[in-house]
Amino acid sequence: MVRLITHNLLACHVKGCTANNFPLEFKDVQVVLRESEFNPDFLRGFIPKIDWAALTGAARQLGDTSLPDQLPEMLDDDFLKTLHHVLLEIHVEEGIMICPNCKHNYHIANGIPNMLLAEHEIG
Amino acid sequence: MSRPELIAPPEIYYGDTEAKKYTKNTRNQQIQADMTYRALELLNLPPDEPAFLLDIGCGSGLSGEILDEEGYIWTGVDIAPSMLEVALEREVEGDLFLQDIGQGFGFRPGSFDGAISISVLQWLLNAETSHPTSSPPHRLARFFTTLHSSLRNPSRAVFQFYPSSDDQIQLITSIAQKAGFGGGLVVDYPNSKKAKKMFLCLYVGGGGGAQQLPEGLDGEEVEDGSKARFERRREREKNKTGKRKGVKDKDWILKKKELYRKRGKESVPRDSKFTGRKRRPVF
Repeated sequence: MVRLITHNLLACHVKGCTANNFPLEFKDVQVVLRESEFNPDFLRGFIPKIDWAALTGAARQLGDTSLPDQLPEMLDDDFLKTLHHVLLEIHVEEGIMICPNCKHNYHIANGIPNMLLAEHEIG
Repeated sequence: MSRPELIAPPEIYYGDTEAKKYTKNTRNQQIQADMTYRALELLNLPPDEPAFLLDIGCGSGLSGEILDEEGYIWTGVDIAPSMLEVALEREVEGDLFLQDIGQGFGFRPGSFDGAISISVLQWLLNAETSHPTSSPPHRLARFFTTLHSSLRNPSRAVFQFYPSSDDQIQLITSIAQKAGFGGGLVVDYPNSKKAKKMFLCLYVGGGGGAQQLPEGLDGEEVEDGSKARFERRREREKNKTGKRKGVKDKDWILKKKELYRKRGKESVPRDSKFTGRKRRPVF
């Protein structure tokens, strides 16, 4: 159940890995689409938190190209619906997330990413 | 009171069977639900904005279900895979992470509008190995600093926990303060042994002016119909006049005598109009 909304917030937390540790890259992913309730107010409140480049990049890795390269000025309903679909309805069930800096692999199994670190990686 | 955190680390204690037992227990569900509502109340989020929350130690999603009901979007982390499996079976809405909170979070700064955590912090107070990174102060410090940075400014984090001594409270609050949090401890029902609940209310930011710490609930604990036990049985024992029925009245005596006769006991007195009748007071 890794959705892009949380992927967009997730950086690597291995010891000493502080720069260029976001966004995590997807590899060997299996994607499932699940519908969820559309909530425009939540999305409007959440947009300032989004790292847009990371979101579009991740969406392309998952094979969804519906988002524009730049965040549009006008937030109409159609755009919010596309955003809702990308953020909240694409679930990554299986795969690996790789830190671009330290190459730590976070395995996703059953939709749950394993964020546990080995002893020498704890900050 | 038995303390599960003293038996085994959480990911082992909450194995498959314990995770199922924990989730199915209706008393547990009730307590967890009550505490989640109270934690949300203490979180004091603006009412008409759907917030994005972090559920620390979400377990099988008992608290997450309530966040769903209240219309929050949330993300949960927990260290016990079996608990997360149960959460998946129950189809909670939030995203789940297998994560050791003592190792810190990797969330980007300002990600969450608030955080709640029900019955979790006490699990951080035991060292599992002798490695320096598994000492409780180190784990707490790592937890609170990374949590502080991943919360929005201003926002709150509310932790319900079961400390076993004042030293533990002292340790937790001092480390939280060092990590930059304001706030402190709210104690509900401080005079009740059973209903007493500790909530650690931590603030991020606050814009110079000190945020007022909310009052703990006090006085009589509310017992609504669903909670009071043995109520029905006590009701049945009373008859209509409000008096309790005598235990060894005429009916009881007749029943006993009948029983003895059936068993073939000799010399059972025969029934008459004097059977089970009250004696006249002597004086």
